[in-house]
Amino acid sequence: MKSPDYNFAMPDLLNIKTKPSMFCPGCGESIILKHLGIVLKDNHLQNKTTFIIDIGCALLSWNYFNLDTLQSHHGRSVPVAVGYKTIRENRNVIAFMGDGGAYAIGLQSLLHAAFRNNPITVIIVNNTDYAMTGGQMAPTTLSNEITTTSVSGKDPKEVGPAFHGPELVRQIADKNAFIARASISNPALLDTMLKKAFKTQSENNFSMVEVLSICPTNWKTNAAESFDFLAKMEKVYPVGEIIQNEKPSK
Amino acid sequence: MSDRKLITGNEAVVFGAIEGGAEAFFGYPITPATEILEGWAKLSDKNSNLKFLQAEDEIASGFAAIGAILAGTKAFTATAGIGHVLMQDAISMAENQRLPFVAVVAQRGGPSTGTVNYSQQELNLASFGGNGDGLRIVYSASSVEELYYLSAKIFSTAWKYRFPTILLSDGYLAKQKVTVKLSKPVKPFPESKILKEDIGNPTYIRNCYGSEEEFAKILRKNIDDYKNIISKVSECESYKTAGVTDLIIAHGSPAASAKDAVDELRENKISAGLVRPITVRPLDCRTIASAAKIAKRIYIIESSFEQFSRTVIYKIPEIAGKVNLLLKPAEGISAEEIVNFVTKVKK
Repeated sequence: MKSPDYNFAMPDLLNIKTKPSMFCPGCGESIILKHLGIVLKDNHLQNKTTFIIDIGCALLSWNYFNLDTLQSHHGRSVPVAVGYKTIRENRNVIAFMGDGGAYAIGLQSLLHAAFRNNPITVIIVNNTDYAMTGGQMAPTTLSNEITTTSVSGKDPKEVGPAFHGPELVRQIADKNAFIARASISNPALLDTMLKKAFKTQSENNFSMVEVLSICPTNWKTNAAESFDFLAKMEKVYPVGEIIQNEKPSK
Repeated sequence: MSDRKLITGNEAVVFGAIEGGAEAFFGYPITPATEILEGWAKLSDKNSNLKFLQAEDEIASGFAAIGAILAGTKAFTATAGIGHVLMQDAISMAENQRLPFVAVVAQRGGPSTGTVNYSQQELNLASFGGNGDGLRIVYSASSVEELYYLSAKIFSTAWKYRFPTILLSDGYLAKQKVTVKLSKPVKPFPESKILKEDIGNPTYIRNCYGSEEEFAKILRKNIDDYKNIISKVSECESYKTAGVTDLIIAHGSPAASAKDAVDELRENKISAGLVRPITVRPLDCRTIASAAKIAKRIYIIESSFEQFSRTVIYKIPEIAGKVNLLLKPAEGISAEEIVNFVTKVKK
């Protein structure tokens, strides 16, 4: 099948053969990847970048870019990125993962990479659920949010409130590390955060950007409802650079 | 070049790895393998070309080693027991993605702390521990000198054939300090970049497949490749096996005892010999079968419950009727015990 004739913003970087991509209709991940591509192109990083991805929906980007890409195991993209960067010190190394990979199964490695100030960039897509497996409760699931494993709504007294990953990492990260949260509702800010993250990596420091995203398939929401829920997420998860050791809000 | 040195088994691993071209080590402290981590840390402190990371756990050690391997570096890790269990996450991925993963496993006994000294109970784990078919190459050393030699060789095996390669040691071997002759091992097989860093022709390595058929096609190729290298990588030592009536089959430390036992049995006019697989996966079945053919009695000796004998008998079923098992899970086996066992069975 011939690929449609798209006019992409970063034609060198996109693996055009894989478009349209395999993400669910309306998924926020395509927006994040598009902006990641634009930032890599605008900052002349396409020849320097190695892309390490997790499993879950992140795996659908295994051939998304014309970049060396390794798909790792669940939560293991961070240690793979650390090992790669140990050898290839001048590469721009990205670990791309979901909130379950980063904050549940792979949290130990994320915290220690930040603690050691390993110069990699971790990009975490937060859609408040385990999307690839059908929308189970994640650490990031909001209080009272209904998922397939929080069937009456997530009870913060039983399983904890919404998990604030960047705020947690900020507690132990080096002072020169860059820790931020962005949202697909504000692509310009997302670009700025990604750019700062890569600059931080180039200065030999750890960086991490959590991106709030939408998951219409598992949320069972239409376009308007998806963005309404995203607005609700942004009230719980403040967007911007996490400057200091702020106490996570409810 | 040959050199005589008073060293421990774990020191032998570090020296051997250097000879094999290793340039990076990722690990986590665990008895009885810890001195490999410490030994590498010391070398790395003096030589910035030798990369080192003490990771947060064995899962991260394994995956960080994979990261360094992808960058074209001979990287490795060392672990034991429950650390080896965690390591299976990374080894399974390396097996499926055909990455030259290298690990040294100093076997210990039991779960949790268990005994930190000795066992041969990690043979199954090293060979078949992942969610795959066990397309791995597993060596078993039976002396400190051999630990040195094999610690160099495993890198060449892994990089040449692209299957995870594991060297089994154990707490007795790792901690014993002996004078050994360190001969220069064979010239190392060269490493190369796996992620090629070529934007015009990117390398994609994945773990996701569109269908069972798509994955099966990849597996079939890997299995064919594995079958094709069996005759090239499998190794076995035959010790005084010509025309013997009583043949011992053992690997690792018990094989060292068995060698002494063979000499003693021969002094007692018993026609005994030993075949010792150096690769426990894949096995050099031809050598074992040929030594076993005329033997009247066969003794399979191991410090585990049938992990080794099950594989040997499955692969060489014609010996089943004449096999006698001396199984001492997680306990050492002396030459005297083996002599007594053989003598008793023979009567």
